[in-house]
Amino acid sequence: MFTPDLIFKVILILSIFVITLVIAMYSTYGERKVAAFMQDRLGPNRAGIFGILQPLADGVKMFMKEELIPDISNKVLFILGPCLAMTTALMTSAIIPWGSNINIAGTDFSLQVTDLNIGVLYVFAVTSIGVYGIMIGGWASNNKYSLLGALRASSQMISYEIAMGLAIIALIMSTGTLSLKEISAAQAGFHWNIFVQPLGFLIFIICSFAETNRAPFDLPECETELVGGYHTEYSSMKLGFYLFAEYINMFIASAVISTLYFGGYNFPFMNSIGLSSNAVAILGVVFLFAKIFFFIFFFMWVRWTIPRFRYDQLMRLGWTVLIPLAIFNILLTGAIIFATNN
Amino acid sequence: MNSLNDYLPIGIQLIVALGFVVTTMVATALLGPKRKSKKKDEIFECGIESTGNARVPFSIKYFLVAILFVLFDVEVIFMYPWAVNFRELGLQGFLEMLVFIAFLLAGLIYIIKKGALKWE
Repeated sequence: MFTPDLIFKVILILSIFVITLVIAMYSTYGERKVAAFMQDRLGPNRAGIFGILQPLADGVKMFMKEELIPDISNKVLFILGPCLAMTTALMTSAIIPWGSNINIAGTDFSLQVTDLNIGVLYVFAVTSIGVYGIMIGGWASNNKYSLLGALRASSQMISYEIAMGLAIIALIMSTGTLSLKEISAAQAGFHWNIFVQPLGFLIFIICSFAETNRAPFDLPECETELVGGYHTEYSSMKLGFYLFAEYINMFIASAVISTLYFGGYNFPFMNSIGLSSNAVAILGVVFLFAKIFFFIFFFMWVRWTIPRFRYDQLMRLGWTVLIPLAIFNILLTGAIIFATNN
Repeated sequence: MNSLNDYLPIGIQLIVALGFVVTTMVATALLGPKRKSKKKDEIFECGIESTGNARVPFSIKYFLVAILFVLFDVEVIFMYPWAVNFRELGLQGFLEMLVFIAFLLAGLIYIIKKGALKWE
């Protein structure tokens, strides 16, 4: 039972878990620093040098706050909501290939928790369960703002999921596999999918903004209309879970975008610079994280650049622009594949 | 290729995630202060007295969107196996899928013309 492979998997799962949490924590810090930079402010700078300890202070604060559960809420569902959001956010990282194989004492270990042959569908399945976390929490609060926020969130997330699924189909047509490891491997060197699927990438990234409830699609929690949206009634670590889950989802969305369209752990000239395979693998992980950090920054950059949509605009964009565009992209991809094959 | 072993790590990851969530929930329940009061346990309503609760009818549009999502998402799922085998199925498969996409588009145009997605 306790084969080296299994032990390696457990170590990998635990380290990815810790890395996910640390990145999510420091994304909150990064978000505030980026916001401050764009608005010509200083941002958090009191806790530690450059405010570097701010996320830890926030975390401790979340733990020490009083938990409020409204009288007329459904208590069990009220607690279940944030737990579900957090659990699903932590589950998606399982199928991301963080690097190619690494060789320890003559055995190859894959830097991916598991290589499911339905990889892409697994991401969709798990993120879909995330909708329940928001819906259950918002409904159980028994507050009108929460209910409206939850309804908006779920409508928006399911609407953009269709366009997202269609955008992926065009990618699958050109790669011929659903496994993220094979998709990554096919992009070796500089054969990144972005050059094959620019339109698909555009649709996918717009949809991932909507799926993660980030600005300009942050209507579920737009403070001018809905106070806090679906988490209006939440306090202490339950609120923390919702906010944290959003940052983890942002991290995973960046990782998925990097893997699907920007070559994952591949980088130009990776096989011609004459390094050992382990060095290339480690360098690949570094490159993947560099891409992920760029996309996390991109998420923040867009937040402070583009104003929020109105709800009818959001729905119109999803249903009447992105879905037809994604279908057009599928037809275009099919036509190009046939034109180049014959 | 698709053995049960592939799913074992997902089980481990689920245990790690659930363990973290449960531990954190218990810890925060133990650490925080507990000073209950009637006013504090009321639902939030911008500082004014809250009236009634949120178990009220809401706009049918949200329900419509959910129904349409189920319809379209099922159709999208049908396209995945086709996309994976796209090259093997060749031109005939592509043409057959064109018919399917035409039906899908006709449905989409119908619901847009019907005004199912108008938010006024």
